[in-house]
Amino acid sequence: MSPETIVHADPRAAANVPPPLLAVDGLSLEFRTRSGVVRALEDVSLSLQKGELLGVVGESGSGKSVFAYAMLGISDAAAKITRGTAVFDGMDLLGATERELREIRGREVSMIFQSPRTSLNPIRKVGHQIEDVLRRHAAVRGQDLRERAIDCLKRVRIPDPARRYEAYPFELSGGMCQRILIALALACQPSLLIADEPTTGLDVTTQAAIMDLIVELAHERQMATLLITHDLAMAAQYCDRIAVMHAGHVVEVGPAQVVLHQPQHPYTARLIASTPHTADSIAAMQPIPGSLPDLRAAKLPPCRYSARCEYRTERCDTEALPVVPIDATHSVRCWRAAA
Amino acid sequence: MDMKHFKYVLKENPVTGFAFVLFGLFVLLAIFGPLIAPFDPLDSNAGEPLTPPSAQNWFGTDSFGRDIFSRVIIATRLDFGIALSAVLISFIIGSSIGCAAGFWGGWLDRVSSRVADTIMAFPLFVLAMGIVAALGNTVGNVIYATAIINLPFYMRVARAEANVRRNAGFIEAARLAGNHDVRILAVHIFPNILPPMMVQVSLNMGWAILNAAGLSFIGLGVRPPEAEWGIMVAEGATYIISGEWWVALFPGAVLMLAVFCFNLMGDGLRDLIDPRRRT
Amino acid sequence: MNAPERNIPLLRVQRLQKHFKVGRNAMLHAVDDISFDIAPGESVGLVGESGCGKSTLSRVIARLADPTSGALQFEDVDLAVHPAAKFARDSRRGVIQMVFQDANDSLNPRYTAFDTIAESLRLLVGMKDAAQIKARVEELATWVGLPVDLLSRYPHQLSGGQKARVGIARALAPSPRLLILDEPTAALDVSVQATVLQLLAELRDKLGVAYLFVSHDLNVVRLLCDRVVVMYLGKVVEEGPAEAVFTTPRHPYTQALVAAIPDPDARGRKTVRAEGEPRSPINPDPRACRFHGRCPKGEPKCELTMLDLKEVAPAHRVACHFA
Repeated sequence: MSPETIVHADPRAAANVPPPLLAVDGLSLEFRTRSGVVRALEDVSLSLQKGELLGVVGESGSGKSVFAYAMLGISDAAAKITRGTAVFDGMDLLGATERELREIRGREVSMIFQSPRTSLNPIRKVGHQIEDVLRRHAAVRGQDLRERAIDCLKRVRIPDPARRYEAYPFELSGGMCQRILIALALACQPSLLIADEPTTGLDVTTQAAIMDLIVELAHERQMATLLITHDLAMAAQYCDRIAVMHAGHVVEVGPAQVVLHQPQHPYTARLIASTPHTADSIAAMQPIPGSLPDLRAAKLPPCRYSARCEYRTERCDTEALPVVPIDATHSVRCWRAAA
Repeated sequence: MDMKHFKYVLKENPVTGFAFVLFGLFVLLAIFGPLIAPFDPLDSNAGEPLTPPSAQNWFGTDSFGRDIFSRVIIATRLDFGIALSAVLISFIIGSSIGCAAGFWGGWLDRVSSRVADTIMAFPLFVLAMGIVAALGNTVGNVIYATAIINLPFYMRVARAEANVRRNAGFIEAARLAGNHDVRILAVHIFPNILPPMMVQVSLNMGWAILNAAGLSFIGLGVRPPEAEWGIMVAEGATYIISGEWWVALFPGAVLMLAVFCFNLMGDGLRDLIDPRRRT
Repeated sequence: MNAPERNIPLLRVQRLQKHFKVGRNAMLHAVDDISFDIAPGESVGLVGESGCGKSTLSRVIARLADPTSGALQFEDVDLAVHPAAKFARDSRRGVIQMVFQDANDSLNPRYTAFDTIAESLRLLVGMKDAAQIKARVEELATWVGLPVDLLSRYPHQLSGGQKARVGIARALAPSPRLLILDEPTAALDVSVQATVLQLLAELRDKLGVAYLFVSHDLNVVRLLCDRVVVMYLGKVVEEGPAEAVFTTPRHPYTQALVAAIPDPDARGRKTVRAEGEPRSPINPDPRACRFHGRCPKGEPKCELTMLDLKEVAPAHRVACHFA
């Protein structure tokens, strides 16, 4: 059974759905900077089932990466979680000690980053870097190590893995480095993979191959995947569900095809219309007016999109926003949908 | 450079503020020293010889009965003058050569780098001693010697900074806008390497003062009875054993304070001069 | 060479080569024997993956680098004979301008937007009068949609979209006939990208300037360009009208490129991917097709003869045995 049928086949069967692997509820996070408190995330609620691919889409400054890092418990000293919970496989991520977090990072939850080359140790053979992870998290020892490492390379479809085992990162192309990084991330068979813009900076052909690989591996191992990206078309192509973020809010969550074809939030609709892919001519592209609100402002309106929104009403700037369910799997944070 | 930014930098970093105040104080002493000093620095009747600090002679008197407080103040102009001239000379020559070498590379880069390496291969203070000894024992030659031994630092910083910028997009864009190479160097590269150079200038000022004082301490450059911190420390050194500590301590402490002040000022200067740090 | 349908091309790139020495007896063939035309007012897209030589080619055309051999016929003169080092002061410097990819890196941090735009007016156009310069800078700012009161700002005080606009205004200042756009929207957010693309389209129609649009974003190229040149490892593998290249790509590389464009409706569909690593551009075998080894259609003959571009449809040329 493919993962989407487990989760979304029948909304009425929701009661039978197993508890989510990752459940984030009402998460708010702020950064204390010298120019004021930046409210980077507010009331973010998302859940992820085993084997599901969730795309978190947003422009720069939307908070999508901050969210990803918060899930790993990696955030800088200025960050403070002010509200909410995040439960991963029964474990409270936000209350966990650094020691407990280190235990699950790499083994249960893995991450791949945007710049594959800088994420690898430049002076260590890639094979040895994979062995390091195996030794630490999977307690593999001795002779098996090399074999397991080559096996990891094989699984990310690296041609001639025994030779690449001996390679240093600078000897490999960007696409190959990203494959190594994926191999590292998957070495211990994590149940959750967080991929932060894994293909930014790679060529289109390489990007497609890397995304194919991530999706294939995710399905093969029933691994839940959180794909952080700015590319809505890519998220829609590869993910089961999409969450659209704007200025620290999740404004819309739903099945990928539904969000893409029947967007309910004005921002989602604009984002789709401003993507070159869907436009048939330059003139048909609809840019999003205005810019992100200043998240340091003492008084942010309840809807952070209101200043850019064509459907703005007085209510948007005064009353707290509801999360409106469209159906069991699709919800939107907007007064217009509530009406 | 507007006041708002200046205030902002000082607020962010009070230590820098302290260094600037101290620097301002030294500059005032250098300019108005003769008006402030209670005694003539060469007057040997300011008090009894070797009197400890008192209400009349705040820092005490030396073996000739000269007022140490006045001498320390008067010496500021000379010490700052030597250091500033030396640093200016090495800054102008060193950064022009370094900038050009980093931008064009080639033979100019190879030759200038080897020259810098050669200078650096000597113990710098010994080299300065040698230069002064060879050229003649004058204040001017102390300045040249200090400038020469500081040259490599400017050349290296300027070379490295120009080198990383020579392929920057804005340099290519400047070519498209009709800038020839020399203009690119002068107008586009040089102003952009000023911030890191300022740190170097400030650190170097402290070092140049030490160097000038050091040369005088061993009897090169400035000669007694001229008031100069290095000579004063040298003169006082003989009395430390016999318990007249103030003769060497006060000029030494002021010298240290001056060096300290320049070292602290470096980072603050960079913040002030770099537009990217303006909010 | 086939007879062009257009009258006189604005720029005719002829057998252009750019090789870099990378070691003893090792030559990197970044641009290898490339010829194509750009008509006045035409938009030509130059696509290919990183390392294919498209950036080197655009730098040579912009006269920032010298070609190893070949000609750059601009209207009636060959610009390639003027060394790049001296070209900055050539009277024709202004006719070819460039918009850079990274607006952060391409604006002098110590220049205000005004200084950046005004520089070429002073140096290339020869304007002296401050009021005249001010009027022209403000006109340019208005063209690119940059509020005039932002002209006194430094790059770090501007947003990404505003910096992109400054870069475009600067390039337009000396009234170029050909504008090379090196991935001008790659670093921008989707919402800003749309406005910048619309601006570029609008400026082209208004000013009649020709574009050479270098990009790896094929969707953008499809929307903005009349014609597309596809490069692979220093060679042009396909060239033709944008619509034709995207709907019926003939070269296997172009096919892989088009198939790789993210397509939300292609969910779960298996598409053809170019597998493996590209061949080395250092001392390439002059006979072998550069795509051989990654090509799903490759046959032994591809190793032995590399075809020149041949016309497969009107104005649509492909270099492949199977096209």
